[in-house]
Amino acid sequence: MSDLPGDLKYTKDHEWVRVEDDGTVKVGITDHAQNALGDLVYVEPPEVGSDVIAGDSCSVVESVKAASDVYSPISGEIVAVNEMLADAPETVNQDPYGEGWLFAMRPGDAGEIEELMDADAYQALLDEEG
Amino acid sequence: MQQRTPLYDCHVAAGARIVDFGGWDMPLHYGSQIDEHHTVRNDAGMFDVSHMTVVDVEGTGAGAYLQRLLANDIGKLNTPGRALYSCMLNDSGGIIDDLIVYSRASERFRVVVNAATRATDLAWMRTQAEGFDVVLAEREDLAMIAVQGPSARKRASQVLPDSAREAALAAKPFHAVEMDDWLVARTGYTGEDGWEITLPGAEAPAVWRRLEAVGVRPCGLGARDTLRLEAGMNLYGTDMDESTTPLESGLGWTVAWEPADREFIGRAALETQREHGVARKFVGLLLEGRGVIRGHQKIVFDDGEGEVTSGTFSPTIGRAIGMGRVPASAGGDCRIEIRGKELPARIVKPPFVRNGKICIDV
Repeated sequence: MSDLPGDLKYTKDHEWVRVEDDGTVKVGITDHAQNALGDLVYVEPPEVGSDVIAGDSCSVVESVKAASDVYSPISGEIVAVNEMLADAPETVNQDPYGEGWLFAMRPGDAGEIEELMDADAYQALLDEEG
Repeated sequence: MQQRTPLYDCHVAAGARIVDFGGWDMPLHYGSQIDEHHTVRNDAGMFDVSHMTVVDVEGTGAGAYLQRLLANDIGKLNTPGRALYSCMLNDSGGIIDDLIVYSRASERFRVVVNAATRATDLAWMRTQAEGFDVVLAEREDLAMIAVQGPSARKRASQVLPDSAREAALAAKPFHAVEMDDWLVARTGYTGEDGWEITLPGAEAPAVWRRLEAVGVRPCGLGARDTLRLEAGMNLYGTDMDESTTPLESGLGWTVAWEPADREFIGRAALETQREHGVARKFVGLLLEGRGVIRGHQKIVFDDGEGEVTSGTFSPTIGRAIGMGRVPASAGGDCRIEIRGKELPARIVKPPFVRNGKICIDV
């Protein structure tokens, strides 16, 4: 429904990935995901410094409706978490692709990012889910 | 086949996220249920509650019928325009529904029951009416809008007919005034001041738009649930059902034991339960740390267990709250099993929030 940023990569679990200038990546959940969850009340961030493998559940976002795992889209090291979300989890609802980013990673293998979906492929997934 | 209230188009036009509620297409929220919650606590919000079942009960036997049907005593409604919250019990003392009954004249009452239990309630009420000089008339022609919040009555009074405005504003809590086909009652399900207005369905959309224009914010079922839980108000089907009595649902206060010779349905069963000692009680819960309490989670004590019936995140308090059923002797600190971990919590006495203020020790 809303416009998908064209410069991001996406996963089937409704996460997005942005490659930053310094080679790290930022990860968040998509507008579709925040809309499905409703107002977020807690974000459980991953531990900075921890190593994760693609597909690991590394974070939890919780709304009044449900708690939802956030899966690491790629393998690598968690280098930062969005500390604003501890006091203002609703930022994820309000600006899911910008200020609502969840955590930043240093990728283990840049090739993994290429294998993620682009905006068109993610949109097709959304259209299919209905 | 999904049902829609006369206000459905208004909800869609306002950007509502529509969900199914007991066979009705209803607004969950219009963007943010937490914002809507705060608006009701601080200003004025409105809920479309037209899906609820309105039954007019009239006749020379109406009073006697309701005094038998209901666990609370409509004999308390000694002037027209007074409202009463009551449970309707089966012969085992189990709760068939909770409801509000309004006295309109000495032989005219209006009963509002839940939407999800409509068929069971109507069948039961009709069966129990046999032998009484009473007519039950379901009012499917009426819509209902609940305006709630510290500014709700003041704002909503602007949409009332001039002739009725003063009388409506003068009405005390749990009192109602009527004008033409409108009934304006100072009741609600949020713990804030406000009105529940029943009016002809055909007039509802225009009234809803006028309320919006005077600053009353549309609020959905999501906010309705967080508000009523903060207010310590039970939700039928979740906090109680036909297998639970008022005495184990925190609703003992709604049972009128006096006069002692009032034979209401379920009285004998309740008396027996009271004599033997009620084994379980209904309590409020506050989570000490981060997390969300949800229905069916286990409540753990050193010497027993209970179960959460309702839970949520309280926007006003900023922590999770809930209600649940525990052993009669339980109290104080406990743990709640949330997603595999036992998290510290404590038993508190609801309400959690009333009239915008936190009532418990956080």
